[in-house]
Amino acid sequence: MKPTHPTYPTCLALAILVLLCVTLPIGALHAQPTSSAPVAAAAQTDLAKLDQRLIAAQSSADNAWMLVSAALVLMMTGPGLALFYGGLVRQKNTLAIMIQSFALMAFITVLWAVVGYSLCFGEGTPIIGGFGHVLLRGVGVDPNADYAATIPQLTFMVYQLMFAIITPALITGATAERMTFSGTVVFMALWSLCVYAPLAHMVWGKGGLLNATLGGRFPTLDFAGGTVVHITSGVSALVCALYLGKRTGYPKEPMPPHSLVLSFIGACLLWVGWFGFNAGSALASNGLATSAFVATHFAAASATIGWLAAEWTTRGRPSALGAISGAVAGLVAITPASGFVAPVPAMIIGLAAGTGCFVMVTIAKGRFGYDDALDAFGVHGAGGTIGALLTGVFATQRVNPIFHDSQGRSLPVGWVDGNPSQIGYQLVGIATAWIFALVGSIVLLKITDLVVGVRASEEQEIEGLDLTEHGEEAYNLEM
Amino acid sequence: MKLIKAIVRPNKVDDVKDALGRVSLPGMTVTEVRGHGKQKGHTAIYRGKEYDVSLLPKMEIEVVVPDNLVDDAVAAIITAARTGEIGDGRVFVIPVEQSYRIRTGERSDT
Repeated sequence: MKPTHPTYPTCLALAILVLLCVTLPIGALHAQPTSSAPVAAAAQTDLAKLDQRLIAAQSSADNAWMLVSAALVLMMTGPGLALFYGGLVRQKNTLAIMIQSFALMAFITVLWAVVGYSLCFGEGTPIIGGFGHVLLRGVGVDPNADYAATIPQLTFMVYQLMFAIITPALITGATAERMTFSGTVVFMALWSLCVYAPLAHMVWGKGGLLNATLGGRFPTLDFAGGTVVHITSGVSALVCALYLGKRTGYPKEPMPPHSLVLSFIGACLLWVGWFGFNAGSALASNGLATSAFVATHFAAASATIGWLAAEWTTRGRPSALGAISGAVAGLVAITPASGFVAPVPAMIIGLAAGTGCFVMVTIAKGRFGYDDALDAFGVHGAGGTIGALLTGVFATQRVNPIFHDSQGRSLPVGWVDGNPSQIGYQLVGIATAWIFALVGSIVLLKITDLVVGVRASEEQEIEGLDLTEHGEEAYNLEM
Repeated sequence: MKLIKAIVRPNKVDDVKDALGRVSLPGMTVTEVRGHGKQKGHTAIYRGKEYDVSLLPKMEIEVVVPDNLVDDAVAAIITAARTGEIGDGRVFVIPVEQSYRIRTGERSDT
């Protein structure tokens, strides 16, 4: 999302510079009244130079923040998500789940350079981008003004790549402890091109069907990826859990997390990394980035309290796993809303996600009987949907004047602004993401199953995927 | 010659070790074990799913003693390891037929 107004300090700086440009040449004019034409030309050149310097200064500031943000989002996958999930599995599957996240850091990156970026952000149809940027053709240090006018397109490209990495990695929470490594790699690669790329293009790409500012038919608000990242991965996670079937022994055999300490560290890294994810989605180091940063933090805090309160009242004890699960649920839900809502509505969204995801994970999952091993659907699918819907309720032009009329006047954004029809557009976005994820995942799982197989054998599961898939163990603490 | 096998609470190992030292029995082998007797386990809950933790961590102490020290050793262990609550553990006394020292190969019957 681009800032639509220059900020106050920028205006001030600009005014001073313009004043200097105008007064200095006037002084020169008085000193040498006979040569006015060259002096005027020189003034023009000075003005242009200062203008360039101003642009360069803003670009430097924005680029610094965006590079840091890109690194923060990568940190969410490894080590953040890898530790979070790694601690939740049984000891014999620790490395298998961690290496899946790490492998996606490698495979999706290569795929992104070849065709992924082009399919997401190249010009194409309303559903998917074209092949204009295949092998990163035309992606250099010059900005792409459609997406982010002040940073190199290379920065934008690498920042978006980090989102493409973490999204399929989230799905591994549902396939944990029973999907083969080869099946995971093939499925995730296909999924990245056939589910992630269309959704990213529809919501964020120029001319995408759901794009809110660049000519979309159904302007859906999704600041940092509630539909693109969390609904797609969460719903696909549910499909995977159903397709793969339950883990051997589930639910009779106890399968407690092997190290909540690892999960705890992972969750804390996710919380910090999420500032890059959400505040970075302003694509500039501006006031909107701060607003998204604050909303993100407040939502995570209230969601933690929401989950803990629900747990404490219904189960009698507040747990560490409950606290970190609640925080992640809140971060998921605030993702689409982060650049559109004020801090207090952010806390309401967080609270709704913390309690809502608690119900999904502890009650709904048991009732329906699917084995979403690490609750990728319960947290990302449910939290993403809650967040995308509530974005339509709480988005306001006071935070982000994203809609304008033909005279450039700001228009109401969400329901709180008096634009209830935005809820309808949010529902269109949510439905599109659900349908793409459902259909796409079923087809791609079937293909992957035929080509390399998806499910580990029962012997492998009993022995553990660390030894049978990778030939190593997470812990060799004994002599 | 007897093998005394005591299963005690993990936090009582040091007390038992000191007590055995006082009856001139310095050597022992300690192993981490899990089990349960009359003591019930407890329930752990992870994301709403309950797990019964029925096998509790205990420490097993093995010590080989001459016949004339068996009563003192058993009394020392019981005194040191007792809290009076369920879950204090058990002591078993088992006959030992032969014993050899690996370094020297000598047979020792004491």
